[in-house]
Amino acid sequence: MASANPLALREQFDTAAQQKDASVLAMWIFLVTEIMFFGGLFLAYTAYRSFYPEVFGAASRTLSATIGAVNTAVLLTSSYTMVLAVRAAQKGSRKALIWFLILTMIFGTVFLGVKAYEWHEKFVEHHVPGPSFHLEGEPLQGQAQLFFSLYFAMTGLHALHMVVGMGIMTVMTWRAWLGRFNADYYTPIDVAGLYWHFVDVIWIFLFPLLYLIDRHVPK
Amino acid sequence: MITAALEEREHYLNASYGLKSWLLTKDHKRIALLYLGTITLFFALGGLFATMIRIELLTPQPDLVSSETYNKLFTMHGVIMVFLFLVPSIPATLGNFFLPIMIGAKDLAFPKLNLLSWYLLVAGGLCTLGAMFAGGVDTGWTFYTPYSSTYSNTYVIATALGIFIAGFSSILTGLNFIVTVHRMRAPGMTWFRLPLFVWSNYATSLIMVLGTPVLAVTILLVGCERLFHIGIFDPALGGDPVLFQHMFWFYSHPAVYIMVLPGMGVVSELVATFSRKRVFGYGFVAFSSVAIAVLGFLVWGHHLFVSGQSVYAGMVFSFLSYFVAVPSAIKVFNWTATLYKGSISYDTPMLYAFGFIGLFTMGGLTGLFLAALGIDVHVTDTYFVVAHFHYIMVGGTLMAYLGGMHYWWPKMTGRMYPEGWAKLSALVVFLGFNLTFFPQFVLGYLGMPRRYHVYPPEFQVLHVMSTAGASVLAVGYLMPLVYFLWSLRYGKLAPANPWGATGLEWQTSSPPPTHNFEEPPVVTHEAYDFAALLEEAQVG
Repeated sequence: MASANPLALREQFDTAAQQKDASVLAMWIFLVTEIMFFGGLFLAYTAYRSFYPEVFGAASRTLSATIGAVNTAVLLTSSYTMVLAVRAAQKGSRKALIWFLILTMIFGTVFLGVKAYEWHEKFVEHHVPGPSFHLEGEPLQGQAQLFFSLYFAMTGLHALHMVVGMGIMTVMTWRAWLGRFNADYYTPIDVAGLYWHFVDVIWIFLFPLLYLIDRHVPK
Repeated sequence: MITAALEEREHYLNASYGLKSWLLTKDHKRIALLYLGTITLFFALGGLFATMIRIELLTPQPDLVSSETYNKLFTMHGVIMVFLFLVPSIPATLGNFFLPIMIGAKDLAFPKLNLLSWYLLVAGGLCTLGAMFAGGVDTGWTFYTPYSSTYSNTYVIATALGIFIAGFSSILTGLNFIVTVHRMRAPGMTWFRLPLFVWSNYATSLIMVLGTPVLAVTILLVGCERLFHIGIFDPALGGDPVLFQHMFWFYSHPAVYIMVLPGMGVVSELVATFSRKRVFGYGFVAFSSVAIAVLGFLVWGHHLFVSGQSVYAGMVFSFLSYFVAVPSAIKVFNWTATLYKGSISYDTPMLYAFGFIGLFTMGGLTGLFLAALGIDVHVTDTYFVVAHFHYIMVGGTLMAYLGGMHYWWPKMTGRMYPEGWAKLSALVVFLGFNLTFFPQFVLGYLGMPRRYHVYPPEFQVLHVMSTAGASVLAVGYLMPLVYFLWSLRYGKLAPANPWGATGLEWQTSSPPPTHNFEEPPVVTHEAYDFAALLEEAQVG
């Protein structure tokens, strides 16, 4: 088995294929735990959305669907460049791999920048849960605040995962730069890609839940 | 002379020396021993709190501690015993040590992750203990809102953070086990040749991986609630405290199976070995572990029968709770059927296994009382519930844990424990346990609520019996601690297979070499194939 780094086969494994299978399976299981982790928040959101549909609708309409949609597009593009990075790794093309990883990080940064702008807006508009919270024309301030508590918890946790993902991408870029990967050994890139796509998928659920439901109801 | 021979052979214990060789080890066997030491300390501490609780309850009046201190005592007892002892107990020690050997692997799939999970347990434990020394926490181990969010002035966040961290230890262990069982089995070790201990740890790992993250996010929300008053569980802001109960029990009921499934796996091994028979209905026992893991996720609502859950939901949860008893009963029936016409020997591990089967059956059957909607209303939050879950967790899990410790002690250390003392300890534990907890069934049925340290004088006789039993139980637990340590120096040297058991762990030397086997094993027959073992012995 030709490998750029003969030490890449750890001693508990017999073959490189076994090691790769183990790593990929481990990442899938980890992603399942992540789904359960976010699942708790999705449950809370679903419960309160069904308790207070009008308030949640009104609170949701204060979010800009346009900004959310643009950010969704940015994040999906980052997933596309990630796929291209994995493809480059498969073909053993080091240069392309590095560039696609960097592109992925750039799109990730743009997403986080837009998110930060949106959060900043909430502070300006007094939509941050706390003593100064106020939602115009809403008699049930507590319930409205609940929406924004969940909004911050869910997008905050998602953003935290993005930041972790950026850290992983940085390490991957560094290792690719050092020439640690080739067509026979690129498991870390593969596994990092799985994680990145997962974080994307979470957003695919967050975007409609937080921004889009009940948008059509005229106020 | 024999000692000299042992010293010469290299095995995992003498392969390297020094603190660093332990604290940075990647060997699953050494990590198992690190876990063993850690959880023994936690158990001692949890036991200390239990002792104080039982002493306080000797009299109907408050005399040893104030009500507030009492609240903290039972909270810390529960938190330490559940999250820091029972959840890691069998998987992290016996599972860690034997799961790779039983499937013929050199190690777990991710040894560094394994070491990390031990450090996480230590870190979580230190965090929780820190909160305890700073002043403790008084919410009960269940952290129900609004006790834990609005009304508690104690160290809820620090304790919860400790549990959060320890939870990741359990997630990583589960992940490691699942990948190991899928990808690291030796040639010929098919799924249906796996020892049942591996099956049950696999099922346990599924629960750890699926359930623990939900506990983590629940704790996170309670933390946010306390720090920022975001209202998720606060009715004043439209939140619902019952949502906490749903989320908490979505993990914590399956967690009961995290605690008991590995014990069932141990008992399957013990019953087979000491009856010298293949476990009756191997496939059923294997699949019942997975069935328990799956069904265990669908019954959490039976903790909410009196929490304002809808009657229809209650009925569904009641039915499902009865249903989950089926796979558990399959195991008990199959163990019993294994004994039938077996060639039974009454060594210490088998005595513990018998204890497990009896006590678990009682714990399980009283669980059915609690799954019945009407009876549950009568006994909710009484000592009946306390007795029920102690029969499962202490009578079940702890008996199996001790049975497993005796069974595998020769393999882990290369020394035999003194059989006479060990048999006595099994008897003392069994008697002490029943004397402690059986009166609590009666107390609960008569109406003694849990978590109170002041009670009507007519309950005193039963409380005194329970406290007396707890003293006997304490002696029973101290005995193994003493003679296990004694055996490390003075015990007889253990042969490779002292019990005449099947299973790959008995084919390697005691204690095993660092890479577990001198030659990579190839598996050619089913688990518990005693006939093949006999043939090999005759040929050899």
